[in-house]
Amino acid sequence: ESVDPQKTAFVLCKAWTLYSVTPLYGFRRARLRHYARLLSAFIAAEKQKGLAVEVGVELDIKVALSSLAELRGSELDQAALLVQLSSRSRASSRNSEDKLVWSGWFCSMFGDDFSENVPEDFTCLPLFLTHGAESYTSLVGSWFQKTFDCCFRRLAISPLNLSWMVAMWAGCKLDRAASAVELVFSVPRLAQPLDISYAIHPEDAKALWDTVQKTPGEITQGEVDVFMDCLYAHFHRHFKIHLSAAKLVKVSTGVASAHCDGIVKILHSQYLPEVLMLLTELAISQIQ
Amino acid sequence: HLATSLPLPSERDHVRPRIDLIVFMIDIKSKYSLKNVETSLAYVDASFFLGKVCFLVTGVGRVNACSIEMNAVCKLGETYCSPVLFCELELEGIRASTAQRLLRMLQICAGHIPGVSALSFVSLMRNSNDD
Repeated sequence: ESVDPQKTAFVLCKAWTLYSVTPLYGFRRARLRHYARLLSAFIAAEKQKGLAVEVGVELDIKVALSSLAELRGSELDQAALLVQLSSRSRASSRNSEDKLVWSGWFCSMFGDDFSENVPEDFTCLPLFLTHGAESYTSLVGSWFQKTFDCCFRRLAISPLNLSWMVAMWAGCKLDRAASAVELVFSVPRLAQPLDISYAIHPEDAKALWDTVQKTPGEITQGEVDVFMDCLYAHFHRHFKIHLSAAKLVKVSTGVASAHCDGIVKILHSQYLPEVLMLLTELAISQIQ
Repeated sequence: HLATSLPLPSERDHVRPRIDLIVFMIDIKSKYSLKNVETSLAYVDASFFLGKVCFLVTGVGRVNACSIEMNAVCKLGETYCSPVLFCELELEGIRASTAQRLLRMLQICAGHIPGVSALSFVSLMRNSNDD
């Protein structure tokens, strides 16, 4: 499926915080403008109550909801839903531009296994990505929870899943010169916390993955284990430290980077569907 | 007696008491612990695998910190015909009940419970696999 790069450019090179979302009840795509008005009123009301999000300058928050048909895996997926909060300072002139202060989008990339088994009237968009102040995230989240009876949970990424990501993404072919493959480990149970950063030349990492992967397009747990064991063995040979005993907290490649707290940055549009598919899978398994 | 890996140092063989039960501890947060256990298993005499070995997986309370694939651990238990116990050491209640379970298993393995021997563990395992 060819994806219009213009429409999806907003996804790239931003740190997105990940959540899993249970199916939305009673969501109607035709009513997006109506929902935007309701959400806008909700945010204004919360601010009146004193839950002000910005101190100092008085800001009006404008809400925009839009559908992104391009951001989905197959016809069985729901189109992505984008929520954008912009502010226009009351103090500035009438013609001043709106400033985007927060964005969040719901998405399902090849999540049909999950949406198949869900009753009518429920809309499945299991992955929610946000960029912007946490206070806005919680306002938007609360409104969606109240309106569509859904539940948001931060999506944590285990070291096991991070190692899948680094193996998959290090093996991706990139036409531009890629940045180094980096793994960050945190060492537990020390008086002073210690972080170890292990950087590998992207071509070396890809060469290693190519020798490990048997069938192109297919990845097994065994192959990921062999890949990681090689990296660990190499490190141990040089530094006498067993990285396998430490906690893998962050991985970075030319394709994307991911942190165990559930924060992801996607750098390359070419692999956007693959990355979103993996994240959708993680979100679904957290829900089930 | 605690050991970080096997084999045990041979210098102390002559003063070592009889070993009735070996508990291999695997921390789900540490891939290294699984590798260590797999390597150490090679040093265990085959007779121990008649009910005198068990695997204890710790840290299961924190699924998000998991560095090991659960299938690999369960397969280990099947391959060596030994039970796999799961626990969370950071929770006092679970720590205490796990210790009691291990103690009970030890009593049986040491022959202190009349009518029940370590071989019972092996046959119990085979029954649950057949289900």
